[in-house]
Amino acid sequence: MSVPILKLIAQRIALGIVLLFAVSILIFVGTQILPGDVAQSILGQAATPQALANLREQLGLNDPAYVRYFHWLGGVLTGNLGTALTSGQDIASSIWPRLKNTLFLAGCAAVVAVPLAILLGLIAVRYRNGPVDRLISAFALASTSFPEFFIGYLLVYFFAVKWQVFPAISTVFDGMPFLQRLEAVVLPATALTLVVLAHMMRMTRAAILNVMQSAYIETAELKGLAPLAIIRKHAFPNAIAPVVNVVMLNLAYLVVGVVVIEVIFVYPGMGQYLVDHVAKRDVPVVQAVGLIFAAVYITLNIIADIAAILANPRLRHPK
Amino acid sequence: MSDELEFLSRHVARGKLSRRDFLGRAAALGASAAFANTLLSDAARAAGPVKGGTLKAGLQGGESSNVLDPALNLSQVNFNFGKCWGELLVELNPDGSLENRIAEEIGSSPDAKTWTMKIRKGIEFHDGKTVAPADVMATLERHADAKSKSAALGILQGIDTMKVDGDAVVVSLKEANADFPYLMADYHLVIQPNGGKDNPNAGISAGPYKVTINEPGVRYGGEKFANYWQGDKLGHAAQVEIVVINDPTARTAALQGGQVNMINRVEPKIVDLIKRVPGVTIQAVSGRGFYPFNMFCDTAPFDNNDLRMALKLAMDREELLSKILRGYGEVGNDMPVNKAYPLFSTDIEQRKFDPDKAAEFYKKSGHSGSILLRTSDVAFPGAVDAAQLYQQSCAKAGIKIEIKREPGDGYWSEVWNKQPFSLSYWGGRPTQDQMYSTAYISSADWNDTRFKRPEFDKMVVAARGELNEGKRKTMYRDIGIMMRDEGGLIVPFFNQYIDASGKGVQGWVANPAQEMCDGYALALCWLEA
Repeated sequence: MSVPILKLIAQRIALGIVLLFAVSILIFVGTQILPGDVAQSILGQAATPQALANLREQLGLNDPAYVRYFHWLGGVLTGNLGTALTSGQDIASSIWPRLKNTLFLAGCAAVVAVPLAILLGLIAVRYRNGPVDRLISAFALASTSFPEFFIGYLLVYFFAVKWQVFPAISTVFDGMPFLQRLEAVVLPATALTLVVLAHMMRMTRAAILNVMQSAYIETAELKGLAPLAIIRKHAFPNAIAPVVNVVMLNLAYLVVGVVVIEVIFVYPGMGQYLVDHVAKRDVPVVQAVGLIFAAVYITLNIIADIAAILANPRLRHPK
Repeated sequence: MSDELEFLSRHVARGKLSRRDFLGRAAALGASAAFANTLLSDAARAAGPVKGGTLKAGLQGGESSNVLDPALNLSQVNFNFGKCWGELLVELNPDGSLENRIAEEIGSSPDAKTWTMKIRKGIEFHDGKTVAPADVMATLERHADAKSKSAALGILQGIDTMKVDGDAVVVSLKEANADFPYLMADYHLVIQPNGGKDNPNAGISAGPYKVTINEPGVRYGGEKFANYWQGDKLGHAAQVEIVVINDPTARTAALQGGQVNMINRVEPKIVDLIKRVPGVTIQAVSGRGFYPFNMFCDTAPFDNNDLRMALKLAMDREELLSKILRGYGEVGNDMPVNKAYPLFSTDIEQRKFDPDKAAEFYKKSGHSGSILLRTSDVAFPGAVDAAQLYQQSCAKAGIKIEIKREPGDGYWSEVWNKQPFSLSYWGGRPTQDQMYSTAYISSADWNDTRFKRPEFDKMVVAARGELNEGKRKTMYRDIGIMMRDEGGLIVPFFNQYIDASGKGVQGWVANPAQEMCDGYALALCWLEA
């Protein structure tokens, strides 16, 4: 790889790190302006003033905000995410299994959704404006337009309650056999696939169609190449950048945005973990999860950027 | 006919006849399905529990931030799991009486100020140690410590001194309290080795199940504790498991799909649908919990009793009960207690919807303009709809209610007990005294109606120290009437606990104290062979 490309990539990564710092400040500020306080939320409606005062002191909620921020940042940089205020457990070790679960579900959904979406996109372009294209688009748009909880409940109703082929709840745990685990995530992964499919499919279709207007495609056609070969060899490689972008966006969504699916299928992922701790005002956990989500988002975007750079011959072979 | 049916039902219980065949024969003999099912469960109970298997519950009310420490135990999942692994001094029977557990005998001095709890011998903790009086005292000490975060701190504040005396723990109270044994049934007071002072989250007590799985907010599991002291009564399944399912639809789907054997919190609006699912039984029981509209008696305009009375009379309780709870409850009478409580007088007149009288009181109060009522989805299921129905019934009496819907997040810290007119919920307490002492005497920490009347406090304290039941009942009658006519509490209804059990679950004993057989469902029930 040439020096300018390495420089570009290094720039992207550096930018990502700066962005992550900025996000950490935002997360911290955001958690400070949540109404209510931690002690009250932990003890709930049944809290006595005495118990509240005791808990507040024990949690160190009386320090000023900036002191707590730098204290936290220092911890994060040395790999210590702190302990949860509510349960007193080490955050890093309790997040890890959740993160694994989230990545597993996202991975399962992505393995199905990404190739399927791109394939459907290619087919739609090949038979553009015909009935096949219309059918694919209609199906994909319909599945995306339904709210995800609706799709989730539909799947549960038919596959878990009526026909009882898959479990209604997807509680996975450590030490669960791999096949059983796969069986458990079939329904949520299907729901997620349906949710993200259309975006990627439509984007693939649009990007390739855009390229299809070019003169060199016409040349290829005049050369007598088969339509699919034109798409595969000439159009698709030139449409990679936008496709990768939208794929990465959807992957990020699969990791950070699936709390509704997690709730419906009782899947122990990061989303539910975050919501529980937001409700309890467990600030260190919220910050840690927020930071992980931000990191996932930024990393995937950097990958998309880099892929776009690498896919662009003008950047790959500068004069 | 019924002799033959009973005979057949015993055959089913012993496994000689299939359930389906039995129901078919019953129908042929002209028995209703409900009657036949009742016969079946009676027979199953008489035939004795089936040991072994795994019993699973899908429960609402668990978060990934939960811990095992019984002191911090607030939501349903921990409550239910606590009853699986924890053992208490006493337990509440379905009829409101007490059953001694770790405490073998509880006796008091004539002035109800000194209480002696004899500790049963030979009960074993999960770690092999024997439950000693010192462990019991350490448990009470931990929860009663002024620095403690325990939710039981409030009820133990009356303890003056404690000491171990041979095989007993002797507790001296600051003031007389005839209800002291009932306080010991509080589900936070799980007896732990050395009171849990060393490691409150260890999950070690003397209950029927040993903790094997502890994944907060996801699932919990226990295996049968071989040396449980009362193994014939509790702990029939070899393993129990709780799956946290906070979403109501997912919960019912899991029950229908057979992933779990029982669920809690069936929403009133879907009960009639769930009833029709084959194999599923709705387990509903009238409880002591209620959903109050709270007015601050010391804040204008609610400091005027005429206005409070107008607002009480302007509530159509029957309509609220039928529309919000679909009838799964009973109307309230502006008192925090009902007939599920011991020593309750049922002859107190029921307050009814009376828009004319409400209008009269409203006029007398001299108030004008709208009254702001705050509500939220988290106050209780249907709280926003309840506020709207109330707004309409108030309009009939010429009272204008303005509704403010508050975000659920932060409702308990920013609105409840802070704003002068809002909706809330209360779980019941074992005794009337505890309910009044918790929320309606001047010094109560959670006085969410700001009802501060020295004469009322005196009545509550006097009733608390009275050992004569007849006198006590009269005293509680007077207290109830004062609350009803002068308090800041509007009670539309007491709710029922609605749970559901799936195919083959036997041994369910409804208990008005709490949901899921007072949390003992997993330990009490068994799966039909």
